[in-house]
Parts: sequence; C-alpha cells; structure tokens
Amino acid sequence: MVREVSESCMDSLLTEIVSSYCNRFYANKPELAARRIEAIGYQVGHQLSERYTIERPRFTDHLEAIKFICKDFWSELFKKQIDNLKTNHRDNKFRWLSRMSGDPSEISGAAQDPSTMSENKAAQATGMHLYFPCGIIRGALSTLGIPCAVSADISNLPACSFVVRIKV
Amino acid sequence: MAPVVPRSGDAIFANVERVNSELFTLTYGAIVRQLLTDLEEVEEVNKQLDQMGYNIGIRLIDEFLAKSNVTRCVDFRETAEVIAKVGFKMFLGVTASVTNWDAEGTCCSLILDDNPLVDFVELPDTCQGLYYCNILSGVVRGALEMVSMKTEITWIRDMLRGDDAFELQVKLLKQVPEEYPYKDDE
Repeated sequence: MVREVSESCMDSLLTEIVSSYCNRFYANKPELAARRIEAIGYQVGHQLSERYTIERPRFTDHLEAIKFICKDFWSELFKKQIDNLKTNHRDNKFRWLSRMSGDPSEISGAAQDPSTMSENKAAQATGMHLYFPCGIIRGALSTLGIPCAVSADISNLPACSFVVRIKV
Repeated sequence: MAPVVPRSGDAIFANVERVNSELFTLTYGAIVRQLLTDLEEVEEVNKQLDQMGYNIGIRLIDEFLAKSNVTRCVDFRETAEVIAKVGFKMFLGVTASVTNWDAEGTCCSLILDDNPLVDFVELPDTCQGLYYCNILSGVVRGALEMVSMKTEITWIRDMLRGDDAFELQVKLLKQVPEEYPYKDDE
C-alpha cells in the first residue's frame, strides 16, 4: 500500500512556497523567484527519476525516455494523464498537454485580466506555479541523460503545455 | 432533522483527493534544502518554515471545518484530540496522540511516531539547530488562531535529532471570545 497524503497538503505547500519566493524572499525579482522554484522542482524530478528507474534498464533513445516521463512517471506523480505528446524532431522539441488542476475559471481569469496590481500578482503566481513541474520534468530528463530546457505555455488554459527543448 | 455527526479522520481521508506521499516528502525536502541555500542561517530557515506553516494553517482550517463537521469544541482538551485524530489524519494520513496535560488543561503534547515529512530524511551535521518539521508548528498555530485560540508551540522531541518520536508542545495562551467570522467589508 503506497503511502499517501491529501492533495491539499501538496497544493498548500506549493502555493505557499511560490508566494514566499515571489512576495517575501525575492519580492520584485520575479526571475530570481522563478529560478528558485524551478530549482526546487529540478531536485524533486532528479530524485524521483532515480527512484523510478532503479530497477529498469536504461532507455534506448530520447523518445523512449520522454514517453516514460509522460506516461508512467507523470501519472504516478500527478494522477493525471498527459493528453497529447507532439514531437518536432527537427527542432528536438516536444510538447505535452496536460489538464491543470484547480478552478479553470479562476486561473484563466487571472491570466487574461492584468488590469489591477493584485490580479497581476495572481497571473504571475499562476505562471510561477508552473516553474515547479517544469523543474520536475527537467530534473527527471536530465537524470535520464537528456539535458533540456522546459517551459510552460498557458495561453490555452485550463490546458497547459510543457515544451521540452533537448540540448544537443 | 438528524444532528450532523463529526466524521472520523479515516473516513475523511478516504474521501479526499490524495497524492503519493513520496512527491510530498521530496518536495518538502527540496524546499528546506533551497531555503538553507538561500537564507543561509538555520534560525532564519526555522522562522520561515514556521511562517509558511502559519500561512498554510490559516487556510487549511477552512477545509478542516468543512470536511470534518466538527462543531465547536467544548474545551482545549477536545481541541487537542480533534487535531491529533482528525486533523493530522485527514491531511497527512497519520494520527497523533495527545499526552502530558498540565493541571489547568491548557498545555499538552502532540506526539507523532510516524511522519511523512521525514521519510528517508537524514540531516547532515551542518544543519545543527534546524527544526526540519517546523512547518507543522506553524500550521497548528495558524489553524488554531483562526478558531480564536492563541497558542505557543515548541518542539520537545525531534526524531531527526535522535529522539524516538516527534513531540510538539501546544500551550494555549489566550482564547478570545467568539467573533462573527465574516466581516462586512470583505
């Protein structure tokens, strides 16, 4: 029986760390805050990837590794399926789609209406949250021998795309 | 109409959305590690973990009240039991026990033998003085403040420092009279 905690524990922890870095430790320095949040994700991705692959043979190619991260790894972690994986071999770019958790109207409202300061912060926070899963993906793939850069695209909420650019 | 019965921690936990605790444990560990790098001083990290916990606790109480059907606790003894058996269970999936009551019934200890935050965690020697689980003290303090109880919370035992359990002392300082929870200007 796998040990579990409530999803709200995870959500609260993430919301709070994003808030702490954005509003307290690196207030007015969103790029620094973003890098720290991504670094936290990276550490998590690295450790999880090591654990999940301890009994598995090494992956034969990049696509296999990415598929593993997309399917088994991701759904173990987030209990959600990746909806779609598109590859762009020429640019070594992969794009995943995933449903974002949380109230879609709340999130899209924040992202589309930057008219007030507090809503700007909310939009920023939505984007900031995503540095964490981006870091996880980058950490996991790097550990599998695939150095990459990962970014999130939220122009189509509640769908969220993760774009993985492999470094050659 | 039948009275609303408070739900047990097990029942609530079985009905909430849950995640793999490994993700939670690793995330918390990565956070503490990052805070140590960025803030450098162990005391500062302790302080920030407590502050983060407080910010979480003042919100988590809403979910607790909504899901547990707990009505007002008769006294602090009942409050402590509810935190230990329902609160910890519905979020962390583990129950705590309550002991070491003082004569007035305003101070007790919450004991955790099992703590998902610390699975596979070992503290290096460079972290002397770190209260790794300090976020928990903040959460309890924040949650109780939202139900009108001002408390002082201290770590008595810490398994990461070699003790045999986690013991959190909760001291009730002040119980403010009940206010209407929703202000008119909100």
